[in-house]
Amino acid sequence: MYGVIIALIPAVLASILYFGWGAVIVISAAVFSSVLFEFLIQKFLLCKKTTIHDGSAIITGLLLSLCLPSNFPVWLIIPGSLFAIGVGKLSFGALGNNPFNPALIGRVFLFISFPAKMASWPDAQGFQTQYVDANTGATPLSIIKEGLGKGDSISHLMDKIPTYQQLFFGNMGGSIGEVAAIALILGLAYMLLRKIITWHIPVSIIFTVVIFTGILWLINPEQNADPLFHILSGGILLGAIFMATDYVTSPMTGKGMILYGICIGILTVVIRRFGSYPEGVQFAILIMNGFVPLINYYIKPKRFGEEVTNG
Amino acid sequence: MSKMLKTFRKGGIHPPEYKLTGKNPVKILPLPEKVTILLSQHIGVPAIPVVNKGDTVKVGQLIAQGRGFVSASIHSSVSGKVVKIDSIPDHTGYKKPAIVIEVEGDEWEENIIKSTDLRKDITLSKDEILEKIRESGIVGLGGAAFPSHVKLILPKNKKAETLIINGVECEPYLTSDHRLMLEYGEEMMVGIHILMKVLNIRKAIIGIENNKADAVCFLKDISSKFPGIEVYPLKVKYPQGSEKQLIEALTGREVPSRKLPIDVGVIVHNVSTAYAVYEAVQKNKPLINRIVTVSGKSLKNPSNFVVRIGTPVRFLIEAAGGLPENTGKVISGGLMMGKTINSLDVPVIKGMSGILVLPEDETKRKSIEPCIRCSKCVTICPMGLEPYLLMPLTQNGSFYRLEKQMVLDCIECGSCSYICPSNRPLLDFIRLGKTEVTKLINERK
Ligand code: SF4
Ligand code: SF4
Repeated sequence: MYGVIIALIPAVLASILYFGWGAVIVISAAVFSSVLFEFLIQKFLLCKKTTIHDGSAIITGLLLSLCLPSNFPVWLIIPGSLFAIGVGKLSFGALGNNPFNPALIGRVFLFISFPAKMASWPDAQGFQTQYVDANTGATPLSIIKEGLGKGDSISHLMDKIPTYQQLFFGNMGGSIGEVAAIALILGLAYMLLRKIITWHIPVSIIFTVVIFTGILWLINPEQNADPLFHILSGGILLGAIFMATDYVTSPMTGKGMILYGICIGILTVVIRRFGSYPEGVQFAILIMNGFVPLINYYIKPKRFGEEVTNG
Repeated sequence: MSKMLKTFRKGGIHPPEYKLTGKNPVKILPLPEKVTILLSQHIGVPAIPVVNKGDTVKVGQLIAQGRGFVSASIHSSVSGKVVKIDSIPDHTGYKKPAIVIEVEGDEWEENIIKSTDLRKDITLSKDEILEKIRESGIVGLGGAAFPSHVKLILPKNKKAETLIINGVECEPYLTSDHRLMLEYGEEMMVGIHILMKVLNIRKAIIGIENNKADAVCFLKDISSKFPGIEVYPLKVKYPQGSEKQLIEALTGREVPSRKLPIDVGVIVHNVSTAYAVYEAVQKNKPLINRIVTVSGKSLKNPSNFVVRIGTPVRFLIEAAGGLPENTGKVISGGLMMGKTINSLDVPVIKGMSGILVLPEDETKRKSIEPCIRCSKCVTICPMGLEPYLLMPLTQNGSFYRLEKQMVLDCIECGSCSYICPSNRPLLDFIRLGKTEVTKLINERK
């Protein structure tokens, strides 16, 4: 599990680079409180051996913080972590039994309970960014969503959002961890190289989003943003690389993983384009988490010696 | 090596190889004072003793007769006096009937040809050869020790096209087959020709993992003198030495669930078995000795020994420099599939290819953590099973579901337990599950 933490280091560094102290405070608060709650609940509520040494609480804390805004108040991070660890993970027993990604459970809890706090996104202004009084703005995705809602066209809206280059290197408004595509891709490369995860889930999600948004874009480029914009903005990379690949809550076979990835990709685009929220990847992953037992039940590895039945 | 080497497709792992003894020529181990020859050295019914306490026997003399189809005869590996016929614990810890012989001199049966000249001409007929192999008590020397003649008598309506000779030796540490191919290569080639004659086959393939490049080169060189035999280097991957994986690697054919190699037209024998066949047919020598690798990083002189069957394991370890103080475990067989032995007094049996001595710090059981569903065991299982699922199904006693999940296909290679980041003893439970499912199936009949 520690490999995942190493893979998250570039994203953490990038976030500090862009959001300064805000990122430091939010990340440390989330990691610290997640580990603490795991310890306290296991020790005193469940009276069991504590498992904080496996590193999974650190990952939950990291992932939770990476999908929060950098001015997010600490007094809200704490209940967020408590919900992620307590309800998202330990209420199902130990690690390995939770059907849903705990960090996403925490994030959705905050999103539903404190929508206003989750909708103000400080602009990335480098290390000087203030924690409290940062200039806040809309994320590229919400600019597009709102603009389209008001009848604007894409070509017009594109002037208002950062360039692709900025998106790639992290110069945009958004949650701490999703702003620098390059840092997330580095993390992916590391995890693939170290064989911590396989390509199936991230590739199938990203591929599906590209295809689906590409089709929409080709049909009507004035109403739909292009695929590259969709991939680089919002939480798709963070979700595809770090959230959907969570061992516990993703399928066990390559075939299952691809199916899961395709469904996440489709759901994400559907929510982004037709739903009422600008971003859909978190909900898409959580919904598909719920289908994982079914996928594991029906999609079996190809047994040795099994007839290949495709004509 | 410009072209891509073959290997099996699905799963597999790369444990460290630790072939410490690959360059050590085979040494002949001196005779022990006493040998204990087990009467059941293999799958199948134990043989029945044909000597009595007090009898004197010669090397190669029949001392127990195999009975039934799946049973092999047993010969004395030494000359001397039968001092005991009794049950003694074998390497699995269970008591098995055995004959104990006190060694006096080294007198061989007269018809055994002791000279080492190569005898290339195969004069015996097919049936005579088969009878000779049966009489000589030859079993598969790769480990399973299945009586060899049984594999050579094909069921009617089945036809063998290819003979595969298994020189893979994919287990870490073991080098007995490697040394055999290098030092007794020509004899082994004649043995393969004998097997081809019995099976009426024109083509034989020797599969060897490419970490034994010297053996590949040597056998390729001499293969021009042995028509019909091809040598195939294979990419190193565990468990390539498993029959089904090897057949797939070499022919692309997958033996279906619960079927035999012959169902895809293939027969597999081990390189050491081919050599034993040569000795039996050309030299009248029954199976009384074998090469055993004695290895381990803590041993002073890891070696390959030619050992008489029935020699106590202790004797071999002493010849390799003695048991180191920090020893945690002694294993009979390979690191991955071998079994821990509880006493150094257990005797060498026909199927024992190695003895491994592991220091304490390598054998400590690591603490078992919950399954984190990382899917690694599923990815590496060469049989396409789901070990993470099979273990709890066994624990819960859901044997019917276990059967549905094809638990009986498991070849017990141990790759799953090896790879699991949570140190779960997957194979231990799967073995248990297999036993229970087999019972279930037998009850149904
Ligand atoms: S389940 Fe059996 S065949 Fe599969 S990896 Fe484990 S031991 Fe090997
Ligand atoms: S390798 Fe171990 S932890 Fe991973 S899925 Fe299999 S049993 Fe679970």
